[in-house]
Amino acid sequence: MLRDITLGQYYRADSVIHRLDPRVKIVATFAFIISLFIVKNFIGYLIAGLFLAVCIRLSQVPPRFIFRGMKTIFFLLIITMVFNLFLTAGEPIFTFWKFQITKEGIKLAAMMGIRLVFLITGSSLMTLTTTPNNLTDGLESLLGPLKKVRVPVHEISMMMSIALRFIPILMEETDKIMKAQMARGADFESGSIINRAKNLVPLLVPLFISAFRRANDLAMAMEARCYRGGEGRTKMKPLIYKKRDFIAYLVIVLYLVLIVVMGRILFR
Amino acid sequence: MKEMISTDKLVFEYIRRDEEGNVEGITRAVDEVDLRVKQGQFIAILGHNGSGKSTLAKHFNALLFPTEGEVYIDGMLTDKEENLWEIRQEAGMVFQNPDNQIIGQVVEEDVGFGPENMGVPTEEIWERVDESLKAVRMDKFRKSSPNHLSGGQKQRVSIAGVIAMHPKCIIMDEPTAMLDPNGRREVIRAARALNQVEGITVILITHYMEEVVDADRVFVMDKGRIVMEGTPRQVFSQVEKLKELRLGVPQVTMLAYELRKSGLPIPDPILSRKELVEALKACR
Repeated sequence: MLRDITLGQYYRADSVIHRLDPRVKIVATFAFIISLFIVKNFIGYLIAGLFLAVCIRLSQVPPRFIFRGMKTIFFLLIITMVFNLFLTAGEPIFTFWKFQITKEGIKLAAMMGIRLVFLITGSSLMTLTTTPNNLTDGLESLLGPLKKVRVPVHEISMMMSIALRFIPILMEETDKIMKAQMARGADFESGSIINRAKNLVPLLVPLFISAFRRANDLAMAMEARCYRGGEGRTKMKPLIYKKRDFIAYLVIVLYLVLIVVMGRILFR
Repeated sequence: MKEMISTDKLVFEYIRRDEEGNVEGITRAVDEVDLRVKQGQFIAILGHNGSGKSTLAKHFNALLFPTEGEVYIDGMLTDKEENLWEIRQEAGMVFQNPDNQIIGQVVEEDVGFGPENMGVPTEEIWERVDESLKAVRMDKFRKSSPNHLSGGQKQRVSIAGVIAMHPKCIIMDEPTAMLDPNGRREVIRAARALNQVEGITVILITHYMEEVVDADRVFVMDKGRIVMEGTPRQVFSQVEKLKELRLGVPQVTMLAYELRKSGLPIPDPILSRKELVEALKACR
């Protein structure tokens, strides 16, 4: 049923990674992505790969869930690798017609491939082990300093969590409206793309109206429950760093140091 | 006893405007309503669609402000800006559509939303969430997603969300309109328990007659005015007048009324099945 869809792709388990503070996970993911762009040699990638593998192991998420995310970038991956393979200038190894494959090309293509795979794996590990709710809380807290320059951080995170709550409801509603229109002879499946897009109008109009009505009701319900923005608000589930979170930060710092040092040593 | 809600010649007008913003017409949704509710009472407001009962209810929570006249909640005037948040904390509100008033993605987080807004310290929020969920008997579902609950359960979560703010008064704006009979019973039972156990003033707005027979006082609205007022017994004895207002009476009351009309000596009015049985026994 539509009500059962899980947003993002959270995988329920009780591992060390799951229990980490969301802020730690967001920072770690960023650090990991940055590290991928610092690295210039295969030993660096080996370290990054090992680090990632250990994290996946600790998270208890079955690898097939992690690689499922790869399907979506498969084409991007192939295209990137092909372009790098053929269009890099350097010492040619293999030539036919106008194309040539160079030594540098092979190296660059392989690096790009590994970089992309690691990037996607790393970020899906974060979304797999953190509930959308925790993620918004973490973001709100991390972006907190931006409040000083008048970025409405609390409002943005509130909007995100409301959107998350209403997505399944609106999906169900779409389904209902679609069935109601189909019962009266609407056709959503055949015809050219333009025709199909046109046929969506009788679906979108009622959906929008209902979404606005819901927004209005919800705003009133929030006001009735004393909502007045982030000012003076307390938290039921405040984010508090525990010992394991500090250890995790330490691990990340060590990992970054290792990556940088390895790069230096090998490039001297 | 202290007065929880009192209105003084309350008038509310909706102004309809055309595209240029010129006034096209004025609809008087609430028309000179004088109403007094004492603390701890269970009040029902009846009326068919468009009778102004929801508009009236929104004044009790300072969501709408009177065009003319005054509204006092626990002695506080709703028009005054500085009273606004205290009024909204003291007079909680439960709305009709259960989906559109739940903010949290987990039941317990939704119940904690009100106290969070009020700035209640974290530990106390947890205590309040625990006691509120127990009061509506939803503590088993505290970790569930609201999307997996039935309508009646969702409405009970909404009630818990209001109780967690420790209100003196709960206004329920047709909380049962979108529910099946089972859900309706659950919600009404929860409302009655709050009134009797916690002593919270309850104002129930509804068009289901069966829900109001136990109320302390019933107000009937039509075209923005209060047209009948009294105990359920007093109001339901006027079957003819209620019919004129396009409102029914509870089924038992109707049956007793018809039986009386056809000559059976049944006392007036009958509000429950038990009373009818007793009355019929006496007829033999």
